[in-house]
This record gives sequence, structure tokens and C-alpha cells, in this order.
Amino acid sequence: MNWDPLILTFELALTTTLVLLVVGIPLAYWLSKTRTRIKPVLEALVSMPLVLPPTVLGFYFLLAFSPNNAFGAWIDTWLGIPLVFSFAGLVLASVIYSLPFMVQPIQAGLSSLPPSLSEAAATMGKSATTQLFRVLLPNIRKSLLTGIVLSFAHTVGEFGVVLMIGGNIPGKTRVASIAIYDEVEALNYAAANTYSLILFVLTFILLLSVYLVNGGYITRFWK
Amino acid sequence: MIEVRIHKVLRSKGGDFSLDLDLAIPEGKLITLYGPSGSGKTSLLRSLAGLLTPDSGRIARRAQVWFDSQKRADLSPQKRNVGFVFQENALFPNMTVLGNLKFAQSKGSSRELVEELIADMDLQDLRERYPDSLSGGQKQRVSLARALAQKPDILLLDEPLAALDAGMRIKLQEYILSSHRKFELTTVMVSHDLAEIVKLSDFTVVMEKGRIRNTGTPREIFMERRLSGKFQFTGTLLELDREGVIAVASVLIGNHIIRVAAHPSEMQGLRPGDQVVVASKAFNPMIYKVDESL
Repeated sequence: MNWDPLILTFELALTTTLVLLVVGIPLAYWLSKTRTRIKPVLEALVSMPLVLPPTVLGFYFLLAFSPNNAFGAWIDTWLGIPLVFSFAGLVLASVIYSLPFMVQPIQAGLSSLPPSLSEAAATMGKSATTQLFRVLLPNIRKSLLTGIVLSFAHTVGEFGVVLMIGGNIPGKTRVASIAIYDEVEALNYAAANTYSLILFVLTFILLLSVYLVNGGYITRFWK
Repeated sequence: MIEVRIHKVLRSKGGDFSLDLDLAIPEGKLITLYGPSGSGKTSLLRSLAGLLTPDSGRIARRAQVWFDSQKRADLSPQKRNVGFVFQENALFPNMTVLGNLKFAQSKGSSRELVEELIADMDLQDLRERYPDSLSGGQKQRVSLARALAQKPDILLLDEPLAALDAGMRIKLQEYILSSHRKFELTTVMVSHDLAEIVKLSDFTVVMEKGRIRNTGTPREIFMERRLSGKFQFTGTLLELDREGVIAVASVLIGNHIIRVAAHPSEMQGLRPGDQVVVASKAFNPMIYKVDESL
């Protein structure tokens, strides 16, 4: 039994979720506050990965980051790491692919809070950052948890994007979903079943925990 | 003295309306804003706090300019040192009562003030409680204490007592008045209650449709002109009954249904649902103190 694809999958999901927290919270905060006219355009862009076939996303990534064109070459030398067929490239693609799963719950949570909460904090001399971390985020813990778990689970479940931009390099970009496909192609059903079952059970437990916590069944652990 | 001269077009469901105010707010006084809903009272408070940006005009406190459209100055709410008590209390649900008060303080402020406020507002038993578990009156007490914990120069209260019953109102009025005096604040409060305005305020601003209609002491505005030997209430006619030779009208005034007997000829032309005035000469009214325990 080769555990590498599973370990890689969870490494990727964890890294992606952490990056998404750093990127998604400010983006959701900004979207919930902004009055810019291009807000619908930005919201549509953030939500695109929900409906776009992952292969489309992967295809454009592949084109954009290929060292054969000017932009890809520039990124390559500037970052010092290649973004196609590499773990870093997988993380970047996954961040974009799972962006709506992090941004939407947090934005919805922030918009549902009465504006008077941050206004009260503002009159107390608290900066926007203090308002966000001390007042707003602690009051949308459920939305945060939803965002974190859905982003994680969605990244675990991705296939098309990874296949296009990551390929199938064992130990580097060969995640569980691709390993399953590979094993089936090789008529190796036992191995495919092991990977599948593990993913099935783990994602079920993840989602179950969200519904249990957010449904108030185990509030004593989350107050 | 706080000078306010502002213009702002406000968009609401009922159409746009413009706020045009020119006002000097005396400092150290308790000022009430009075007027029908939609007359711009809350917008004035929010402009003072920096939560609403006027289209044009100037707001200045002593030598400090808070807003000046010509100089493009707009001091942020954070720098105005204004305490704001919201109608819906705006307590932070993730913090205890004590946590709310401590959060309001600026860095390095003394714990003593918080303890003092907790004692003043009778919050000892509620220190570790979360806002969700408090009653309406308790929430507004915490909200008032929290606004005071930041040691504001100016305290703004947006109908803080609107949702409370009579007994709780009277109690909170005392808290507001005593803290206004104790901390030597300039307090600006929105109120719909004439009794409250006369009882609490030194100075009243009457607003209507975004403009100032009248300013002065509450006595000048409400008592002298209206002083008369007559009670007069407006209400809604609920029912008309003939009982023998007299007619009896049931009229809803506020929350009370009053039955008025009259000659049938006086009731002609009245239908249930009409707005009516019930008046009486006050030559021998009964007057007694309200039992607050009721």
C-alpha cells in the first residue's frame, strides 16, 4: 500500500486551506464592505470555479504558467520555482479553485452582522483590523468553520485541475483522486478501493462534524 | 460649543429627502432631539459621530474641525472620542458584560473606571453574562456603561429607551442623568417621549423633515405654549354604542381604551376607525405618583 497519494492530498488540502484563510478573509471582508460598482463582476469572478469545468481552469493555468511563454517564464525566474507540474503550482491552482468555498460563507456571515457592531467599535477608537479580529470574526465562527472545512474538502476532491496542471508525478503531484483513476486504468481495483474508501470516510467525517457543530449539537465545544 | 452646519441628501424607501441643519450645540448640557420619525435625528447623531458623511458643510468642536467639505476634512469616528449608544444596543455577542466594557477602553486605561461603572449601573450580578442572556433593560444599561467606559467627551444616545417599559425607562433615565452629571459630559439624546425630554434635558432641538423647527429649553418649547386648562388626546375610534339616551364611544388612546359618553348628536358623522380628539377641562383632575413597583 502506497500512502504517498493520500499524504500528498492532505498536504495539499491543508496548505490550500491555510493560504485561503489568509487570502479569503480580507477579500470577504472587503467584498462585504465595498460599494464599488464592479462588485458584481468581482463576485462573479470569485464564484466562477463553482460552475466552470475544472479542466477549463487547469487548461488556462497550464497555458499561463508554461515556461514557454513570456508570462510563465517571468514567473518562473521571479519565483524561482516552476508552477506547472509542481506542488507549488497545485497549491496556487487549488487556492483559486476553492476560493468561493472560503469567501462565500465568510462574506455572507459578515454581511449578516448588524453594521452597528463595527460602528460601535469604530466610535471606541478601534481600527478596521481590530474590528475584524476582535468583533466580527468571533461572531461568525460558524461561517468560518464552514469555509475552512468546505475549502479543505473541496481541495481533497479535486481532479481535473490537478490532472491538467500537476500531471501524475508520484510523490510530487500524484494526489489520491488521480491515483484512484490510475489504479482503475491498471485494473488494480483493490488499491483503488482502499484509496476511495479512505477518502469517502474522511470527507464524510469532515462534513458531519460541520453539521454537528453548526447545528448546535456540540456547542459546548465551540463557545 | 459644537457647530454643525451640514447638508446631506438621504435616500430612503419613501423617496429622497434632504437634511439641512445649522445648529450650535452647547457643551456640558443634556440636549434632546425631538421630532417625528424620518426627520433626520439619527442622521444628525451619526454625522456627529462620523458614521455618516455629509455631502457638504462643516462640523467643529471648539478649535477641532471634525468635518469640512471645503477643506476636505473628515475626522474618522475613531478620533472623535464620542460615545454612541445604539437603539439596538450593539453589544458584542462574543464578549461578556465585563468584556464589552473592557474592550471599549483605550489601551492603558484603568480598570477602576470599569469597576465604578459596574457599580453605578448595578451590573455586579451580570459581569460574566453574555449579551444574549440579558433582558432589554439590562442590555441598554450595559450599552450605556460601555459608552462611558471609553471616557467620551460627548455621549450620543439614539432612542436608548424606546423599547423599554415604563418602569425600566424611569430607572434608565436616572442612570443617564446621573452619569451625565458625574462625568460632566455633553449628552445628545434622541427621544420621542415629552415627559422624558422635560425631565432630563437642558436644551431641546425640534426637527421636522430634515430641518430644525425650534430650539430652546424644553419648558420654552413644550410647556408655555401648550399650557392650558384642558386635557387633549388624539386617538382612534373603535366602537360606537347607543345605550338608552346616550351614546358611548370607545376610543383607543396610546395603549388605553377609554369609553366616552356623549349626546347622540355629538357622535353624528363619526365612524369606527376615525381619528378623534378627546378633550376635557382640567378643573378637578386627580394627580398621584406612579407606583414604580407596578
